[in-house]
Amino acid sequence: MTDQSSQAEIVRNSLKRRYRKERRFRMYGILAIFIALASLFILFADIISKGHTGFLKTTITLDVTLDSETMYLDDPTDEDQRSMADFVAPIIASLQEHFPEVESAAEKRELGRLIGTYGASKIRDLLKDNPDMLNTTQTMEFLAHDRVSTYVKHADNPRYSIKLSEQQQGWVDQLLEKGVIDTSFNDVLFSRGDSREPANAGILGAIVGSLLTMLVTLAISFPVGIAAAVYLEEFAPQNRITDFIEVNINNLAAVPSIIFGLLGLAVFISLFGMPRSVPVVGGLVLALMTLPTIIISSRAAIKSVPPSIREAAEGVGASKMQVVLHHVIPLAMPGMLTGSIIGMAQALGETAPLLLIGMVAFIVDVPGGFFDSATVLPVQIYLWASSSEQGFVELASAGIMVLLTFMISMNALAIWLRKRLERRW
Amino acid sequence: MSVNETIASAVGTQEETIIPVKDPIEEGKRESIHVEEGKTVGKPFADDPKFKLRNVEVFYGQDRAIKDISLDIARNEVISFIGPSGCGKSTFLRCLNRMNDSIDICRIKGQLMLDDEDIYHSKKDVVELRARVGMVFQKPNPFPKSIYDNVAYGPRIHGLANRKSDLDDIVENSLRKAGLWDEAKDRLDAIATGMSGGQQQRLCIARAIAVSPEVILMDEPCSALDPIATARVEELIAEMSESYTIVIVTHSMQQAARVSHRTAYFHLGHLVEVNETNKVFTSPEHELTESYITGRFG
Amino acid sequence: MQTANLLPLVLVLAAVAYGLAYMRSRAVAAPLGGIRNLKALPFYYAARAALWCAIPALIVLAAWAGFEGKVIQGIVIATLPQDTWPESPGQASLILSQISNVAAGKLNPEFVPEHIAGAASVLEAMESQSENFKAALVLLVALAGAGFAWTRVAPHINARLNVETTLRRIFFVCAALAVLTTAGIVFSVILETVRFFGRVPITEFLFSTSWSPQTALRADQVGSDGAFGVIPLFTGTLLISAIALLVAVPVGLLSAIYLSEYASKRMRSTVKPVLEMLAGIPTVVYGFFAALTVAPFIRDLAQTVGLEASSQSALAAGLVMGIMIVPFVSSLSDDVINAVPQTMRDGSLALGATQSETMKKVIFPAALPGIIGGILLAASRAIGETMIVVMAAGLAANLTANPLESVTTVTVQIATLLVGDQEFDSAKTLSAFALGMLLFIVTLLLNVVALKIVRKYREQYD
Repeated sequence: MTDQSSQAEIVRNSLKRRYRKERRFRMYGILAIFIALASLFILFADIISKGHTGFLKTTITLDVTLDSETMYLDDPTDEDQRSMADFVAPIIASLQEHFPEVESAAEKRELGRLIGTYGASKIRDLLKDNPDMLNTTQTMEFLAHDRVSTYVKHADNPRYSIKLSEQQQGWVDQLLEKGVIDTSFNDVLFSRGDSREPANAGILGAIVGSLLTMLVTLAISFPVGIAAAVYLEEFAPQNRITDFIEVNINNLAAVPSIIFGLLGLAVFISLFGMPRSVPVVGGLVLALMTLPTIIISSRAAIKSVPPSIREAAEGVGASKMQVVLHHVIPLAMPGMLTGSIIGMAQALGETAPLLLIGMVAFIVDVPGGFFDSATVLPVQIYLWASSSEQGFVELASAGIMVLLTFMISMNALAIWLRKRLERRW
Repeated sequence: MSVNETIASAVGTQEETIIPVKDPIEEGKRESIHVEEGKTVGKPFADDPKFKLRNVEVFYGQDRAIKDISLDIARNEVISFIGPSGCGKSTFLRCLNRMNDSIDICRIKGQLMLDDEDIYHSKKDVVELRARVGMVFQKPNPFPKSIYDNVAYGPRIHGLANRKSDLDDIVENSLRKAGLWDEAKDRLDAIATGMSGGQQQRLCIARAIAVSPEVILMDEPCSALDPIATARVEELIAEMSESYTIVIVTHSMQQAARVSHRTAYFHLGHLVEVNETNKVFTSPEHELTESYITGRFG
Repeated sequence: MQTANLLPLVLVLAAVAYGLAYMRSRAVAAPLGGIRNLKALPFYYAARAALWCAIPALIVLAAWAGFEGKVIQGIVIATLPQDTWPESPGQASLILSQISNVAAGKLNPEFVPEHIAGAASVLEAMESQSENFKAALVLLVALAGAGFAWTRVAPHINARLNVETTLRRIFFVCAALAVLTTAGIVFSVILETVRFFGRVPITEFLFSTSWSPQTALRADQVGSDGAFGVIPLFTGTLLISAIALLVAVPVGLLSAIYLSEYASKRMRSTVKPVLEMLAGIPTVVYGFFAALTVAPFIRDLAQTVGLEASSQSALAAGLVMGIMIVPFVSSLSDDVINAVPQTMRDGSLALGATQSETMKKVIFPAALPGIIGGILLAASRAIGETMIVVMAAGLAANLTANPLESVTTVTVQIATLLVGDQEFDSAKTLSAFALGMLLFIVTLLLNVVALKIVRKYREQYD
């Protein structure tokens, strides 16, 4: 008995020290979770702080007098005349009305640089379509030059360097006060393809490219993935071939994505002579990459269908294939769909393999088909992020926000589907 | 059913708890036999008890798994809990060293006193309690370490040995008490999971003894063992009863009859009857106890 | 006719074949006293007709589409005057792209040599001919298949067995596609790698400490002096992966332990999905974050304490990559920790161990093999990660262990060597495939070993 009570004493005395350790261990755990969550938060905050201005465009609204003399243009329908005409002059003239003190040619040029490079072509296109507007005054909205835009949006942000001269800054301030320069929702972003100038660049081309690529990926990986899963779960005999296939699938799931790019380059482009930069090849490569994910999740879904259902169907004389087609696949479909959506979300965010098959080209046009040159959202983000111009960083962040929105909605859809369709046995 | 599932998933000991509770009494008889709550027949109380348990109730969420049980456990006695599956005997046992703490939805009411200290008092330390009230489980659960490390685990974490030689002594003594020394002394470094089931269970008993507890709780310690191993463990329990208070939950009435001084019969969360073991098995006072030990259900 | 139009046409034909065969099977059954006198349901006769119509046609279509480009290119080259035949594959691809640009109208035929313009018209003619032949052949095969199926609509033939066998074979082919993919990967990297080792000795590749493939940039310099020693790339990869694991393993493991042992159910169900979001974020986003936020931050921070840091430091890429693989480590460790039976926890707690003692002295040692397997998988992921390092780690092949310096990795080099137009024959391009092979072998080994460890571990407790 003395043994027991003396031991109890020892235990009591050690408690304080041991609980200190316990608390410390617990703290480490909380710290780890905090680090992970904080990183996620900082990542999002950083991207939103960099990117929210990407959804704004800076415009200059001017009453432009389309005077034939200042433009050296008599007949807007004549192509030769149009190519020789000076469409910048009316813009400068109308800006000058706001600043009558500007006289010298050099200053005028400076003034004209407030407008983006595509301002002149906007007037040209307007006149080409409406020749009768010559010698009238039109209220037109121009995209401001990238530098003006940076100044308007980020004048007080030390991270951005302002590349406007002092004089230009003064002009912009005055125009801002008058409401001539204004910011509004950046519809350009969602209605154009890439451009050399940030103000004119949009992600529509990349979104359409992503969509086309994903369609190809889905069309291949979903049916093939399900068929493969069904074969392995329901029909595959227990033999070496089956084992080999299974090992292959498990290993493919962990092959670095860039290796799939090498495969696409060597097999689809080099061997089969398929074109570069097109959604079909991108989709094929991503399909091969997503297949293991879809197969693995579909197998799990098939496994969860209880044997009683199979037995019931077989009991009334259904063939194995009928059991699979009529019962197993429909019952496993929610799980298969969820797995596929998650796989597609992964594919949507994938960049590396697409770099290798040439989907990094600078493409202005919105792709119209599966065989048109295209880029995809993550690659567009990569291109913009590697660009040296400040305006593109903003666009890259905005693009990331769009991409993440797509991905989060896809995952939310998967979760919703699972909740909605999941059966409990 | 739902209670048992929740426990099973929370505790992970599915072997016993997952078994659905069948109403043990045939349809016709159900009305006639009635257990009055809080009324236990026999001799539930003792003078100067080790454990003094009063009006204990255990809830799993909304379900009441233990219904107003009062019982004394005397010093150095062996008491066995018997009863049909799902009657709450394991749940009740696990209250005695607060193993139910890890189940979120489990709440305990009533007074549970160990040597006049409330073990559920907010200041009461569970680590210290468990050092005093050891436990042996249904399935042998040696750690995947060497035999030596298994036995030395408790003394090490509690800091009971100052020197390596002290620890060696504790290990040897514990293994001797568990009757495992002769079989294990030449392979103390072997991984414990390689032993036979009976040896593993005796190792678990040695592991419990090594921290010199005052009470040892045993939750069906022999249900996973063969008859020969069972006999060895029962022998061991008899030897240990000299220095420890032992509470044993068992499915086997023969085992209860062989090892215990007193026997408590549980039924659907009620403590129906407690008495000297031979009394319970020869002349039970309660009708339910009688029908259980005569094998009418269970 | 274009492949894009031919494909739906074949599917329409298959649908028509289905409908016709369905009606015919009913018509055949009618005089016998209804469909119960057929060996199979009308659906199966119809499905068989659809399958026989579509499958052979699609195979022909795929084969034609796959090889027509190469065949036509060969023929076009052959029509060139003998003295202008390309001497190397690189030159050939140059000529071919010129020809196809002319044919596509992107290049004015007046600006190119006469033989190119001539070849362009040959190419155009061949392409339209090929389209026509392809369309004719595919339609013929489709009709023949459907026609044969039509004749086989007979009461004594069990169409169900045919359909089921065909489906089963299709399912098998789909499953075997995984093997085909692996074979494709192996084939594509091995061929080019062997050619690469024809120019650069394998010993130089593996043991030389200098990497500068850029000197072999021009086509006339093929095989010249570029240095192809993989060691600086490998050390760069290891440095960044090591930093990543130093972040990911403690953070992932400890958060998994906290979530599975301490956290309340509610905390677990909210924190876990949020943690998993980290795994779902595209790598390009991490790359952006590493290059534009973390790297400048580290550089500034290093400057304030008087250290010199490159603006593309290994540390920035490694840290961000570590954050990316945290959920990977935590979910794998979570599985592994939960696989340790509850009885172990009970055994330890019942002896009066605290939760952390139980964790550190019982659960963790028991789960260690599984955790190591998980870490190996995470390492393989870190080694193969591309975008973060492409954007944040830089191109200079420095042989250094200083995390503040810029290093380059195997994946970065593969990406930079193969982005943009490249000669398919230069040592520079081929070296990318050799790097790819190296990467494939290393990650494969890591995966195989890791999966084996994890499986063995699981079997222990099953």
